[in-house]
Amino acid sequence: MFKKLILGTAAVAMLSGAQMMSASAEDMHYVPSLSYRTGPFAGGGIPVANGFSDYMNMLNARDGGIGGVKIVVEECETGYNSQKGVECYESTKGKGALVYNPMSTGITLQLVPKAPVDEIPVLSMGYGLSATAIGEKFPWGFNYPTTYWNQLSSILKYIDSKGGIKGKKIGFIYLDVGYGKEPIPLLDKLATSMGFTTAKFPVGVKEMQSQSSHWLNVRKERPDWMIMWGWGAMNSTAIKEAAKIKYPLDHFIGNWWSGADADLRPVGEVGKGYVAANFSGIGTDFPALQDVLKHVVDAGKSQVKDKSLVGDVLYNRGLFNAVIVAEAIAAAQKATGKKAITGADMRVGLETFDLSAARLKELGLEGFAAPVKASCSDHEGAGSVFLQQWNGSAWEKISDAIAPMNDVVRPLLEEAADKYTADKPDWKTQSC
Amino acid sequence: MDLLFNIFVSPFIEMVTMPDFLLQVLWEGFVSGTLYALIALGFVLIFKASGVFNFAQGIMVVFAALTLVGFHAAGLPAYVSLVLALAVMGFLAWGVERVVLRHLVNQPDLILFMATIGLSYFLIGFGELIFGGEPKSMITEQLGLPTGSTTIEIFDGIVILQHLDIAAAAIAAILVAGLALFFSKTRIGRALRAVADDHQAALSVGISLNQIWAIVWFAAGIVALATGIMWGARSDVSFALQIVALKALPVLILGGFTSVPGAIIGGLIIGFGEKLFEVYWGGLLGGGVEGWFAYVIALIFLLFRPQGLFGEKIIERV
Amino acid sequence: MFYREAGQYKTSYKADQAIFPIFQDRMAIVFYLLVAFVAIPYFGSDFFITSMMIPFLIFSLAAIGLNILVGYTGQISLGTGAFMGVGAYACYKMTSIFPDVNIIILIISSGIFSAAVGMIFGLPSLRIKGFYLVVTTLAAQFFLEWCFIRVPWLYNYNDSGAIEVPQREALGVIVTGASATPTTRYLIVLAIVVAMTWVASNIIHGRIGRSWMMIRDMDIAAELMGIRPLYAKLSAFAVSSFYCGVAGAMMVFFWLGAAEVESFDVNHSFLILFMVVIGGLGSLVGSFLGAAFIWILPVILRAIPDTIGLDINAATVEHINFMIIGGLIIFFLIVEPHGLARLWALAKQKLRVWPFPY
Repeated sequence: MFKKLILGTAAVAMLSGAQMMSASAEDMHYVPSLSYRTGPFAGGGIPVANGFSDYMNMLNARDGGIGGVKIVVEECETGYNSQKGVECYESTKGKGALVYNPMSTGITLQLVPKAPVDEIPVLSMGYGLSATAIGEKFPWGFNYPTTYWNQLSSILKYIDSKGGIKGKKIGFIYLDVGYGKEPIPLLDKLATSMGFTTAKFPVGVKEMQSQSSHWLNVRKERPDWMIMWGWGAMNSTAIKEAAKIKYPLDHFIGNWWSGADADLRPVGEVGKGYVAANFSGIGTDFPALQDVLKHVVDAGKSQVKDKSLVGDVLYNRGLFNAVIVAEAIAAAQKATGKKAITGADMRVGLETFDLSAARLKELGLEGFAAPVKASCSDHEGAGSVFLQQWNGSAWEKISDAIAPMNDVVRPLLEEAADKYTADKPDWKTQSC
Repeated sequence: MDLLFNIFVSPFIEMVTMPDFLLQVLWEGFVSGTLYALIALGFVLIFKASGVFNFAQGIMVVFAALTLVGFHAAGLPAYVSLVLALAVMGFLAWGVERVVLRHLVNQPDLILFMATIGLSYFLIGFGELIFGGEPKSMITEQLGLPTGSTTIEIFDGIVILQHLDIAAAAIAAILVAGLALFFSKTRIGRALRAVADDHQAALSVGISLNQIWAIVWFAAGIVALATGIMWGARSDVSFALQIVALKALPVLILGGFTSVPGAIIGGLIIGFGEKLFEVYWGGLLGGGVEGWFAYVIALIFLLFRPQGLFGEKIIERV
Repeated sequence: MFYREAGQYKTSYKADQAIFPIFQDRMAIVFYLLVAFVAIPYFGSDFFITSMMIPFLIFSLAAIGLNILVGYTGQISLGTGAFMGVGAYACYKMTSIFPDVNIIILIISSGIFSAAVGMIFGLPSLRIKGFYLVVTTLAAQFFLEWCFIRVPWLYNYNDSGAIEVPQREALGVIVTGASATPTTRYLIVLAIVVAMTWVASNIIHGRIGRSWMMIRDMDIAAELMGIRPLYAKLSAFAVSSFYCGVAGAMMVFFWLGAAEVESFDVNHSFLILFMVVIGGLGSLVGSFLGAAFIWILPVILRAIPDTIGLDINAATVEHINFMIIGGLIIFFLIVEPHGLARLWALAKQKLRVWPFPY
């Protein structure tokens, strides 16, 4: 009897599932979200994934989707592992995916060559391969609003504004994977042109939580400033160790993945003074976020564990990623005149949207981020970053938006793009 | 020539000219050494009694720490949470014995080893399902552990001693001494050593293997909880912490799988060696040598003593 | 009824010692090959081929490699991931130095490099045994991982530190890079795996294989009977690493397309050891069965809630997946410590006498 009941329910569920799929397959914006809520980096992955899906759900609930077409966000768990990421990509690309947000530099590296073949753009927002900023060389890769390299140049500019950088020693502590090593070529280039010296401290994934020898080395080298490219459990450990050796924390600057609430909360009062870069707003003091709270979180449709986690740095980061995707979808609809779009249309959208200050205000996100204007040749938008400081319990914005050194970075990016495409004879480029 | 100079001369010059820094390095080495020893102790306990190389020790550390933090987050006072977390570890030990070990008696070592990896997969999934993947902060202050630091001025420089590190070393020492006493003086401890020597002989004199195994796994659980608290306080409590357990493996080889003092001395050798090498010589190799350095020390030791420093001599018969 | 050997007479020793002495077995092999070479490329969807079959075959090959070491020679190794990495990086370097050489030849020859590295790290096995050897192979694992990060020459001084597969053609067909079709990649992987399995089977059933098994069963006795442990153990390490190296090169070139050091980390060593143990120590069929169990099962488990229309979020599915896989591993170890291969053999035995077991 019991067995029959289970079989019956399973059959009904299967049927209804099949029906649901066939009914909605036509009219939806299908956006896979390669999230990671498990594994050693889940602490960063969870808020980003929440912010992303909550904003999309809010658009569904408030506006009925984009242009009258509902958005379907399907999460696929990668565990920050490239192999699982590729598997997620393969399993979702056939369902009409518009754009991929890999949420991991490792996975982005795998997807960038696949994108032109499957005609689905890859948007790695503020991570991934910096060279995809060159639109001519990477028609299918995007990293709005800005790249790691730009960010590093902004941070160095900030240091320069605080008593000059010439002759100083900059320490660079980084997670020893593709992500952490990404900005090193730029750091080395700028060291010669700006006249500072560098000391590098690689932190292996296995050493993320036992960094005492790295910080002993820091004490030995005595750098004037420290810059961190960290992620996951590495961040809070590094800040604790820095405080332990009495390194002045206001001279310790993390990149935008090293400045999350989740990183600093375990550190608490000890981390007071620590500085980190950021490009998305802090808190829930924006009309759009209030809408998210009203339509999604309070309606119980969010995966957020606690309401207070809405408005976190990384939550807002994920939300901003969703804003860019939504804007690009709208732009693609406008450009093609179609309601339901494809990956190729989405690419057009990603090259034509204009997230101006006025548009941000219209979206209820005034001052949330620097305006981003898309173009065919510039796939990064050259957005600027601002710096925030931890006051012991919350982040405070301490600087205005700092524009990157585009004139220096762009040629280097072009060089890197050339290098990337050099051994790929059939690589698709475009002229702008 | 420069290279030779960098290898053989300049590190020592550095040590002599900055003695305060050398002291700091040694202190850090000592602290990490005791912490490595603590993890290794968990492995040794189980290996000694049941011949199981318990790979799940790392995830048990995470699981114990998460349980503790989880109970506290649910509104219980810190010490009640501590007791409850211990109870959970006890239940886990009982469950492992009941569900896994009992059915795998007399299987080859490799099978038992694999079973513990299966167990760690299970615990990873179970732990994340219950507690979620977000990092949590350890309830250091609520447990009455000291924070802050003491700065000692010495040799025209400073040495910074974290109170937490001092406490960690002290707790590790107490745990080790307690376990050593327990195993040498109590009835259960003697039974345990009997089991370690010979399963069948122990069974025939009326020692319950099942009971002993459950006790040993519980002891390993206590060690895991202590390790979890210490490492958790140094960074945070997240699933990344399980990787730390890999650090204990070279300690094990060095000290021998079956020796409690071996685990401690092995831990200290690795702790000191690793920090000194990373700080004074690591730069020559581009840094980040800690990941394998301990293994290489262990490997070199093994070539001369295949059973580890304190391991029982391997006798081979045809 | 259909699977029985009555009426099949053996008239020579050769026939008696054949690997597949029964006619139906030989037919079954032909049938499997037909399915693999014809039916799957013809009917399989892209997802099935790229995310299930290709990794399954590659991991099977790696599992065969490790099985040679663990199952046939009795030396436990946790350095598989790194040996796969050596193959992958070697192949990458060779194809960037000799872009015109056929990539398939390079993939096979990249195994030579991992074999050499494997032999070096196999040297301690002459003195060190059991779990102590496990940790020495872990030393190999972590040291090589460090090299993959710290020696930029290996990844051509790429900014990202990852190796990216260049596009290569063989016989006028694009076989690597993103433009290569899944079917092409699948067929090449399949051909290499089938060929290398055949070679492995011959080595194992030959003189070398028997000396490995003697070392496994009792090394001192084997030594007394004239087997040189040095040759036997090192040749096992070399052959095993060769197989792992080729599997690693194929993993990057035909499956992933780009790889960081993360793709060769210690978790892969565990994964492949699982395949070997669950599949069955000392069994080639077991390597395939184990790889299927460990790789394909999670993919299917992940798809189940979606297909039956249950709305569980992806993370929960993953957590439950971990629990199920962990539980199943323990379950299988308890129920059949000799692995799936033994179950397979038992099933065949039952089938022989079916439907009249008495």
